[in-house]
Amino acid sequence: MVRRWIVLLGLALWLTGVHGREAPSVAGDPALEARVQVLAEQLRCLVCQNQNLADSHAELAVDLKDQMREMLKKGQSEQDVIDFMVQRYGDFVLYKPPVKATTWLLWGGPFVLLAAGLVLLSVRLRRRRGEVGAELTPEQRAAARRLLDDHDREVA
Amino acid sequence: MRRFLWPLGLFIILVGFLAAGLGLKPREVPSPFIGKPAPAFRLSQLHAPERITGPESMRGEVWLLNVWASWCGSCREEHPVLLELAQRKLVPVIGLDYKDERQAGQSWLARNGDPYLLSVFDQDGRVGIDYGVYGVPETFVIDKAGIVRHKHIGPLTDAVLNEKIIPLVKELNGA
Repeated sequence: MVRRWIVLLGLALWLTGVHGREAPSVAGDPALEARVQVLAEQLRCLVCQNQNLADSHAELAVDLKDQMREMLKKGQSEQDVIDFMVQRYGDFVLYKPPVKATTWLLWGGPFVLLAAGLVLLSVRLRRRRGEVGAELTPEQRAAARRLLDDHDREVA
Repeated sequence: MRRFLWPLGLFIILVGFLAAGLGLKPREVPSPFIGKPAPAFRLSQLHAPERITGPESMRGEVWLLNVWASWCGSCREEHPVLLELAQRKLVPVIGLDYKDERQAGQSWLARNGDPYLLSVFDQDGRVGIDYGVYGVPETFVIDKAGIVRHKHIGPLTDAVLNEKIIPLVKELNGA
């Protein structure tokens, strides 16, 4: 009885494994598909802007993937495909925009903030060190001594 | 006191950024074609499959390229605006029937009225891709030299036409 259950369970697991495999692509060239996939993951789908082309099933995304497949098949490079997309849809399609005049704030902004934070921190620390390291005046020293003596006497 | 004003100030700045961000329209991606020649194409006319048309046939005129399709809901919305524009004869409009069936496109125009000088038929959407089309309807303003001057994404409205497109067409015609 138990053995039969185990066999059934094993069969079920095997079946899920079989069905879990990805649908084969139409082109039937795994190397080409892999290149299309890598490219599609770097490009934004304009119809559904929070998805990349690889994830999107929008009709335009499917067409663009076909276009990419065709271009790669013709022997064009990855850069050719990216240039093709940017020429038509602008830098917006790139998840990694190029460094240029209009994007320097985007690229440099975090480092500017970091530098500003470091400057602020060092100014603060220096100021605090000044407070701690200040010499006591003779009156303050005497007052402190008195307080400590009082304390010792109470403890004793 | 100042130590409490700092976070408040930062908060107000953040709210300012958020408010500005809410006003942006991320769907309206700036077109990289503005100021560049309209991409060439050779497409058959929707109503006359044997006749091939390209953008060069409009050289010397300011014109609009309007991307539409019979399956496109917002195109129906913008259609009365285009029909009225056609009646005013201010600017010729070429239609680009995008990823459609020829029969469906023809009967859609027969049913709703045809504001176009002519429509070209882009069955597989390749010309659409060349023009960076990602949301039908889209409208391009192209000048006498064949340079794209403006792109409007989404349905045209009277306001868009009167405030942006028609003044631009007049300006381009005057120059």
